[in-house]
Order: sequence, then C-alpha cells, then structure tokens
Amino acid sequence: MTAPPGGALGAAALPAAGLEMAVDDPSLLDADRLMVRFGARFACRDVSVRIWPGEVIAVVGESGAGKTTLLDCLSGQRAPDSGSVRYRTSAGGIIDVHQESEMVRRRLQRTEWGVVRQNPRDGLRLDISAGGNIGERLMATGHRHYGRIRAAAADWLERVELDVARLDDLPAQFSGGMQQRLQVARTLVSAPRLVFLDEPTGGLDVSVQARLLDLLRRLVAELDLAAVIVTHDLAVARLLADRMVVMQHGEIVESGLTDQVLDDPQEPYTQLLVSSVLRV
Amino acid sequence: MTDTAHAATPGLAGYNFAYLDEQTKRMIRRAILKAVAVPGYQVPFASRVMPLPYGWGTGGIQVTAAVIGPEDRLKVIDQGADDTVNAVSIRHFFARTAGVPTTTRTQDATVIQTRHRIPEAPLQRGQIMVFQVPIPEPLRWLEPREPETRRAHALADYGIMHVKLYEDIAHHGQVATSYDYPAMVAGRYLTAPSPIPRFDNPKLDRSPALMLFGAGRERRIYAIPPWTPVESLAFEDYPFEVQRWSRPCALCGATDSYLDEVVIDDQGNRRFICSDTDRCEQRRAEAAS
Repeated sequence: MTAPPGGALGAAALPAAGLEMAVDDPSLLDADRLMVRFGARFACRDVSVRIWPGEVIAVVGESGAGKTTLLDCLSGQRAPDSGSVRYRTSAGGIIDVHQESEMVRRRLQRTEWGVVRQNPRDGLRLDISAGGNIGERLMATGHRHYGRIRAAAADWLERVELDVARLDDLPAQFSGGMQQRLQVARTLVSAPRLVFLDEPTGGLDVSVQARLLDLLRRLVAELDLAAVIVTHDLAVARLLADRMVVMQHGEIVESGLTDQVLDDPQEPYTQLLVSSVLRV
Repeated sequence: MTDTAHAATPGLAGYNFAYLDEQTKRMIRRAILKAVAVPGYQVPFASRVMPLPYGWGTGGIQVTAAVIGPEDRLKVIDQGADDTVNAVSIRHFFARTAGVPTTTRTQDATVIQTRHRIPEAPLQRGQIMVFQVPIPEPLRWLEPREPETRRAHALADYGIMHVKLYEDIAHHGQVATSYDYPAMVAGRYLTAPSPIPRFDNPKLDRSPALMLFGAGRERRIYAIPPWTPVESLAFEDYPFEVQRWSRPCALCGATDSYLDEVVIDDQGNRRFICSDTDRCEQRRAEAAS
C-alpha cells in the first residue's frame, strides 16, 4: 500500500521529536514503574518492561496475575495510576503514550501498533465481511481506493492461509481458528511495528493452535515485528518468545531469556509454574 | 424574525407567537446559533412535547417555531408534496399559531419545513430550510453506543463509515445507500442529511440557503450554514452518483427531477411522476400557457 493520502486521523501526524531517550538505547517501548490498583489490590506493582525492535517478549503467569492489565497499559488502552510508557515512533521521536492526546493514541493504535485479542469476537466486526474487517484499518487511516483496499485484503487473507473465495463472507461463519487468523490479518494489514497479543491461542484446540503459532512465528520473522504476547501457556512462550517475564500478584518475579527461564527457573513461583506443565 | 405579542387570530390571544413560549424559543435559538457556528455538529437541546407524535416532525416544528417571524412566508413539504396530510397539518398549525402567510411556491417561501426532500427549484439567499430528522447520528446503525459515536465525532474517526460503503460495493457492486447518504460538512463533521434521497445531497453543497436540522425525539439540532462545502462520502474508484431515471415525469416531462413510482391500477401498471408537486405544477402551467 502507498502512504495514506490524508483523512482526519491520517492528518494527525505523530510528533517527530519529543522527550529524550538515551541515544545509545534504541528500545522501542519503555514502561517504567507501572502501577495499577483495583481498590486495595494491585494489578500491576512497579512493573518495568523494555521492548527492543524485532523482539518477541512473553508475559506469563496464572490468571489474575495482572498480565492483561499490563498489556492494556502498554498498548495505551488503560492509563496506569502511576508510571509511564514511552514509545519510539517510526519517525524517531519519543512519545509518552499516556500523556498524549487520545487522537495521537488512536493513530498509534491504528498504524504502528496492533492488538490481537483473546476472543476474536472482541477484535472483529462479526457483521462485516472478512474483506471489510481487514480493510477497516486502511480506511481509518485515509485510504479511499476500493480496488486497492480490496486487493490488500485479499492478499492478507492469503498470507494467513484463508481461502480468498471467502473474502465477502461474514466472520460469524468462520471457525474459531479462522477467526483468529482473520484477526491477525486485520491487525497486520497496516504494517505495524509492535503487536500486542492477548492469549492468541486461548480456546483453540491443539492442532489449530499449532498452525496459528506457525503462522505467527513466520509473520513475526518476515515482517521484523516486535511483539508482546500474554499467555498462560508456557509452550507458546517457548515457541515464540525471545525473552519472557513471569508475573505473580501484579509483580514481575522473574525475567530473562525464554530458554534460560524455562530450563533453569530461579524463583520458587517460576519453578512451580514450570513444574506444573503436563508432559505427555 | 422578531417576537411580537400575538393577537392576529381571535381566540389565540394569550398564546405566544408560534406556539412555543419565549424561554423555549430562546433555548432553541441558542442551540441553533451553536449549530451554525460549528457546522454539522449535533447540538443537544431540551426538546419539548409537541401536539403531534414523535416521528411526525416534532424537531422540525420546534426549529420552525423558533426562527419564524410574522413577515415570513412558510412552505411545508412531505416527500416533496405540499398536499399530504403531514404537510397540510403543519402548514395549518403555523397559520393558526403564528398567523404567517403560507405558500406552496418554493420561490416565494422564506422558511421551508421539509421531510424527505429538498425542492427542485434552486434555493435562494435568505431562505431557511428546516429538516425533520428521525435519527441524527450517521454512525448509529454501525455503533449503537452514544459515548462511542460522540468520541468518534470528537476525534473525527470515521473509518467505520467507509467500511459500510465498502460492504455495499462488495455485496451489491455499488453503494446501496439511497437516502440519508452520509456527508462530511466543512471537512470536519460526518453528518446525516436526514432521510433525503442521495439525489438531493449535491443541493446541500455550497447552498445559498441556511439548512437547519431538528430531531425532536433524539433532542439534537444541527446546521449547514450557507455556502458550506458538503462532500458525500465515496471511494476514488467508486465516485458518488445520484439516482437517474430512464424516463421523464409522466405529468410534466421533466428529466432532471426526482421521480416517485406510482401504481395506477389493479393490473400493476405504474408511472413515474415528480415528487416535487410544486415544481411539477409550475412546469405544467408554463407548458399550457
């Protein structure tokens, strides 16, 4: 696709320069001491995470550990009670995600970021055709050529291994695994640099999971994507992630290279988590 | 458009001019001023209960009552026709409550209240069009949540509307929306032009007349001031087009007007006639003389 020709959101350019990050630190996203409380309970407590370009990082932990809350903060969907999330735009500027206007945040979420949700019903418009779903991000960023939008949608349908003949079918008629792949296509069509995936394989049976993981691994490598994957499935982390962080009660208890954490867990909680995996 | 104590019709002394009390008219005028200042933006207003049901033009009547003065001349149309029940009733209503002269001739009217059409005769400077609007929110069928649609307007985030047009073309080969066709007003607010046919959309663009839209049930007023650019949404390779008919009007022979299909007998025979009765009659009178 060519550069967006304008449109309301397209016109709201991201700042080319802003806050300063150290020049020798090319990290893409820098979350610093995030805090989120629900009443007396912490969902995130002093959570700091850094993501470098092209890196896949997994956030693991049992349900209720604060994984999804952390993802919502990182992706600008929830403002933390304190702490900051800084992002380096493709133009090279640094922006403080939660201090920016909603317009800039939305533009980020439509262009440089993408979110794949656990339940495809939350991430797709079920009453709109597969093609319309994939094309929405393009149209929201100012693309106004029906033929080109449709061609891009067909191309992406093929890339996620869906039948191009189903371009005009409703996602409601797709299986769970197909819906999830459609959601991936819908997210990646605008060529984001950073993707947030919330339990992308949750609720799928294992053979479908395997195909989706293959697809994600291939696309992440092909497109040089950075990704944050929230999962409770350690096998998913092992397969996709370069690095991982382990969360418990809203805090990061251990982090490091995926193989290192999984093969030689240091913290008691991580050891428990790793030893809890069923082996067949 | 000044308010004068109204005593033109015996028996109505004590009523305010044009039915509404002065406080209400002031409130509506404030909403109208704001709407004119921010073209296409839906201004909330405290819609009153009117002596006719919602959906019959309560919003339009309130706007008309707020802007009409004794020196105005009112025309009311419903589906383009001056002689349908709704149009006749509303015209009589204002003839009684405001004592203003009424007309069916578009050229002679200073205020035109309308449902579903913009007259075929070109509007002039100084005229006010008042639209009766059922659903003022163009995104309503795509996004049912009001906070979400308001946020979309605030951020000019209208991608979803193009998704709707995309779906139309994908399924029907063309944009199937034939009335209430969404338009961008002054390049900023996406606006529902009320249920006028898309045939009338080009008449909104840079019109010399002031366009006021009143939605009584939904409690919204919005406006398109004179000379405001109004652009109907479209794709580069599927440009906006108005409806066309393959035959002229069966009564006056016009080829450039919006035609209604009328079944004329029990055999299913039908003919196409102008929906704008005033224009049709004027053309026939010209042809006869």
